[in-house]
Amino acid sequence: MKKISTPYLLLIPGMGFLFIFFLLPLFNLAQTSTQTRVSGGDTGEYEQTWRFANYFDAFVENREQFGRSFLYALIATVLALAIAYPLAYTIAFKGGRFKNVMLVLVIAPFFTSFLLRTIAWKQILGEEGFVVPTLRSLHIISESTTLTSSAFAVVMGMTYNFLPFMTLPLYASIDRIDPRTLEASGDLYANGFTTFRRVTLPLSMPGVVAGTLLTFIPAAGDYVNAAILGSPQTKMLGNVIESRYFKIVDYPTASALSFTLMISILILVTVYVRKAGTEELV
Amino acid sequence: MSDIASSARGDLGLSHLTKSYGDFTAVNDLSLTIAEGSFFALLGPSGCGKTTTLRMIAGLEEPTQGTISLGSTDITYTKPYQRPINTVFQNYALFPHLTIFENIAFGLRRRGIKDVDDAVNKALDLVELPHLAQRKPTQLSGGQQQRIALARAIVNRPALLLLDEPLGALDLKLRRQMQIELKWIQKEVGITFVHVTHDQEEAMTMADTIAVMNEGEIEQMGSPAELYDNPKTAFVANFLGQSNLIKGSITGLDGANQIVDLFGQKISLQKDRSHAVDNSILAGIRPEKFRISRLETSTSGNILTGGKIEDVSYIGVSTQYQVLMPWGQELMVFEQNDDGVAPFSVGESVNISWEPVFTFALRGDDDAEAGTEVNPDEDLEEE
Amino acid sequence: MNTLSRWFGRNLLRIYAVVAFTYLFIPVAYTFAFSFNDSAKSNLIWKGFTWANWQNPCGAPEVCTALGNSIKIGLLATIFSTILGTMIAFAIGRHKFKGRSTTNLLIFLPMATPEIVLGASLLSLFLVFQINPGFWPTVIAHVLFCMSFVVVTVKARIASLDPRLEQAAMDLYANERETFRRVTLPLVAPGIAAAALLAFSLSFDDFIITNFNSGTMTTFPKFIYTSAARGIPAQANVIGSAMFFLALAIVIVGQLVTRKRKVS
Repeated sequence: MKKISTPYLLLIPGMGFLFIFFLLPLFNLAQTSTQTRVSGGDTGEYEQTWRFANYFDAFVENREQFGRSFLYALIATVLALAIAYPLAYTIAFKGGRFKNVMLVLVIAPFFTSFLLRTIAWKQILGEEGFVVPTLRSLHIISESTTLTSSAFAVVMGMTYNFLPFMTLPLYASIDRIDPRTLEASGDLYANGFTTFRRVTLPLSMPGVVAGTLLTFIPAAGDYVNAAILGSPQTKMLGNVIESRYFKIVDYPTASALSFTLMISILILVTVYVRKAGTEELV
Repeated sequence: MSDIASSARGDLGLSHLTKSYGDFTAVNDLSLTIAEGSFFALLGPSGCGKTTTLRMIAGLEEPTQGTISLGSTDITYTKPYQRPINTVFQNYALFPHLTIFENIAFGLRRRGIKDVDDAVNKALDLVELPHLAQRKPTQLSGGQQQRIALARAIVNRPALLLLDEPLGALDLKLRRQMQIELKWIQKEVGITFVHVTHDQEEAMTMADTIAVMNEGEIEQMGSPAELYDNPKTAFVANFLGQSNLIKGSITGLDGANQIVDLFGQKISLQKDRSHAVDNSILAGIRPEKFRISRLETSTSGNILTGGKIEDVSYIGVSTQYQVLMPWGQELMVFEQNDDGVAPFSVGESVNISWEPVFTFALRGDDDAEAGTEVNPDEDLEEE
Repeated sequence: MNTLSRWFGRNLLRIYAVVAFTYLFIPVAYTFAFSFNDSAKSNLIWKGFTWANWQNPCGAPEVCTALGNSIKIGLLATIFSTILGTMIAFAIGRHKFKGRSTTNLLIFLPMATPEIVLGASLLSLFLVFQINPGFWPTVIAHVLFCMSFVVVTVKARIASLDPRLEQAAMDLYANERETFRRVTLPLVAPGIAAAALLAFSLSFDDFIITNFNSGTMTTFPKFIYTSAARGIPAQANVIGSAMFFLALAIVIVGQLVTRKRKVS
């Protein structure tokens, strides 16, 4: 390895940037979260009172949205995994010459702004789209059920939007599996299902872990899907935080909620990664 | 590149060269001289330190202690790009983003030579691949890549050419062919070749001088014939070809010969072929020097009786026998199949005899098993 | 019937892939279709086919300003995050130093932080220093979250580099600087290019972080979000579809070029 001075020289600009624009703001966020509104002052005027009870208040007041965020994110992640795994498997093992083409096709929808696509779903699943009338005429759903402005739509939107994030790490991991290990498994009397359970799945775990993390983390903090495809009953934590910044100005609560969201995700991630047993994710 | 080092020429000298990684010593107090213009082989099993030594000569590793000199120039701490030394790497290390032509021209261009066409084409002709100049390395077969790697090094006319197990990845027939070609090329260009390998047949085929290394040290150095006929240690005796080593003790003298007792049977060996330090020795005889004969047939030279054939393996060129002697040791015998018939079968009682002059003696306390282990990790990169 | 079910079983995965890809492309197809809709403002109901939108993509107010901002921010964010990120990737990937694992963790953190937290915390910082949200705060925010992805991408490429190639270069008379310029950099370049492309895509499509830090300045995703209520103009569909085809074309050309290089 080279001399000592070079790495630090290379690191300073980037890490300096991270320090100023990532760590410092988080610090500031923590600080803001313990402030209280100045009584009698204007909106936006706060004083530093170190009121840690803000966290308690914020959590209690929004525990419903908290739970909902994590629930939706969890469901969306599981659904995305279920949809993406067979797809990644097909590309890796049945792709042949078209592997790269198929990978491009997975990422391609990304090139259209995700807002355009989410709104497209809103219209496709809405009253004017073709899905609802068709389902109604087939009597699969009743006349009064709507698909939009519902938890179903929100979760579906999230699943859809994060699908590439799940598929690509899965593919990378599955592609690395030596097909001969699967042949060996068959040679040793395992049928298709057993081979999958005992050989393929464990070998693809790094991809599963990476994919679920890359899906769950942004999903938990998402609010766009809920805003476009949901209703006031499906409000997620992200919606609350956004409104506390821009509509009902309440910086301490917003900061406390943001911080809590971040810490809980970090804890979940650490526990999950440790349990899944993969070391180097990045 | 206008340093003194870059114009150094002469014999390569390693003096008390040592390389340690923490507690582990890869190369231990190595001293040797490689004559200019010779084909030198560093032979040894995986992990013996031969590649580390080579990399120190190339300048890719720094010695912990000791010096390296080329002629009268000390190059111990000179940077690799300032040494007139080039390496042919084990996996060829051809630059994948450059054409074959540019790969070969690389060293010339770095040294500031503008007109490279002539030299590069000559190098391509030398390895007989002039039609590949515009291809990329990934389009070449293993054998072709190996020859381009050689051309890329030789075109710079270095004082020393280092080869790090360059034939390891080739199949047997191609390897044999390349061994002959490399030897011919070395004679043609007259550059000193230092060839690192674990394949003793390869070393013996190609090299003028071989140094056998084991655990960071040189066991013995000399010409292939010297090492094969008169090994000094059990390691060399077993690593180079195969040997039968029999425990015995010197009981007397008879002119220039020593009389040795092997489990109650008496043989003689020449005093100057003995490397023992006291009366206890390991008597060594190569399997092809043994002759098997039936009990009633008369033979001459050293004779060991009471043998029983345990195994017969027909190999085409020869037949290999395992003969169980009265003291419980199985001796290996290789008999040429030059009369078309394998006369002996399992269970037969036989005598073993050989010309006394072929006997060598090692120290009695030497490990008779040294150098015999088959190492399954032969193609792994050592530290 | 037996052969049919057997064929079905063998090709189950392939059929699934087709279905999955169709599912992925439904909204894209919808967006593309409705870019031809002949509607004045609201693009909710199909009114008729027209080329007008494609002929006049900047027709709707603010669409092209928003697009221009997105592209400008994207380019700036890509340049800065790629340079900073590549430097970090080389530092971590090539050198052993104290605090290497901490640095690794620190790089990973922004990726593990929900966008809303990143956006909100940056906004708080800007407020404290009384900097108004707008163009440059948005660029800074984008550089921040793109940098980690650049580091990961370039680091992976560096890790797959055979160290013996650089040793061979030095063996062939190239000093450290020349080795970097003629061997290391050309071989890492595809990774840097991929990272830059990734950074641009992430920046262009970003909404949440942008929303917090852009103030009155609009970007393309923000424009779509705010006009969702009153109806997105068809021109937005045009631009979205155009971006799709452009990006698709770039990727396909890139694939063809690399395949051609391998064969020739």
